[in-house]
Amino acid sequence: MKKELVVRALENGTVIDHIPADKLFQIVNILHLDTMTDQITIGNNLDSSKLGKKGVIKISGRYIDPQEFNKIALIAPHARINIIKDYQVVEKKICEMPDEVYDVLHCVNPMCITNKQNVTTHFHVVNKEDRTVKCHYCERYIKAEDFILK
Amino acid sequence: MKSLVSISDCSKEYILRILDLAEKFEQNPNNKLLDGKLVATLFFEPSTRTRLSFETAVNRLGGRVIGFSDAATSSSSKGETLKDTIKMVSNYVDLIIMRHPVEGAARLASEVASVPVINAGDGANQHPTQTMLDLYSIKKTQGKLEDLTLSMVGDLKYGRTVHSLLMAMRFFNPKFNFVAPKELRMPEQYIDYCRKHKISFREIEDMNDILKETDILYMTRVQQERFTDLVEYEKVKNTYTLHNAMLDGSKDNLKILHPLPRVNEISEDVDDNPKAYYFEQARNGVYARQAVICDILGLI
Ligand SMILES: [Zn+2]
Repeated sequence: MKKELVVRALENGTVIDHIPADKLFQIVNILHLDTMTDQITIGNNLDSSKLGKKGVIKISGRYIDPQEFNKIALIAPHARINIIKDYQVVEKKICEMPDEVYDVLHCVNPMCITNKQNVTTHFHVVNKEDRTVKCHYCERYIKAEDFILK
Repeated sequence: MKSLVSISDCSKEYILRILDLAEKFEQNPNNKLLDGKLVATLFFEPSTRTRLSFETAVNRLGGRVIGFSDAATSSSSKGETLKDTIKMVSNYVDLIIMRHPVEGAARLASEVASVPVINAGDGANQHPTQTMLDLYSIKKTQGKLEDLTLSMVGDLKYGRTVHSLLMAMRFFNPKFNFVAPKELRMPEQYIDYCRKHKISFREIEDMNDILKETDILYMTRVQQERFTDLVEYEKVKNTYTLHNAMLDGSKDNLKILHPLPRVNEISEDVDDNPKAYYFEQARNGVYARQAVICDILGLI
């Protein structure tokens, strides 16, 4: 019954569901929800048969841009994003690790050219399961738990 | 635009083609294939050995060289970005050979240059022509690259040459022994790489355990500054030194390689042993680089 409250109808906006509970606040940061003035509903540690505990974010009057989508896909690869217009779900997206990641992550290697000069970061995803990426420039492998978002 | 940035970009066919070409250059190192060509050697950090090897390769082929040998004399000391330097130099030359202390610098250069770029070392990352000369030395001394036992000894953590050689050998069904003190063991990234590519390997701390089965003994420097614990360094520093007597009972075809400069990890009494190959290995660098240069410029 509490679940009902969280997913209550939204006129226009975005619903992000199936967020792993420990990733919820990272996504809040990615979307800069702390500075938003429109209505936001955030639920966390909700029971989920798939994830154990999950988080849900409902944002009124705001849609997410491709760069934000890419960031969410890196952090919460199985999250579901529903775009709501006029109380209807007009688009459903399931986040997926992309093959290439541009301008979203920092390289963890302090000696990498992307940390020394003004170069757009670029990573190749080498393993979608454990979300390991390889820096296109310094060739360092970076595991998901070490990701530093831009 | 074709460039040579990383051994991870090199196919088996490419590697074999370069090694075949290197053999031709060894038979005939002086020809005029680079006649009329201008090559830039941009060394943003000094490396006399590598620079001389490349410049010898170019000069013996009749090409000309411009460039600088350390960052203090380059425009980067005035704050010019690498992109700008590379774009400027691209206007002047047919090929850029670049050494840079920052990892990934060569990849970036290859993306902005209008001429091919050869990576002559980018920090701890890659130095693909060193790998080509290592492979050439292995093939020349063993008659093949397949099914060999390679033992890598010393600093396997920071040793860029061992990482690249490991990756290049993935095509040739090698067996590796990684012999290193705990602090300098092969990084997880390369252990994972071996598992992923089904490369057989063992991690060992005592060199004596593997000398009898080894075909190629690849020695590297164990440097004091790599250790956080100096007591640990004192404990292991002599363990990773090769002495001539240790080679008793080793295979006849064993060859000892070392990327040079050697400090004390190979005792001088090994130098006269016919299994010592490190000085010839350095000479092979010129042939391997001639092969890479002529291939990249489409001259062969
Ligand atoms: Zn990097």
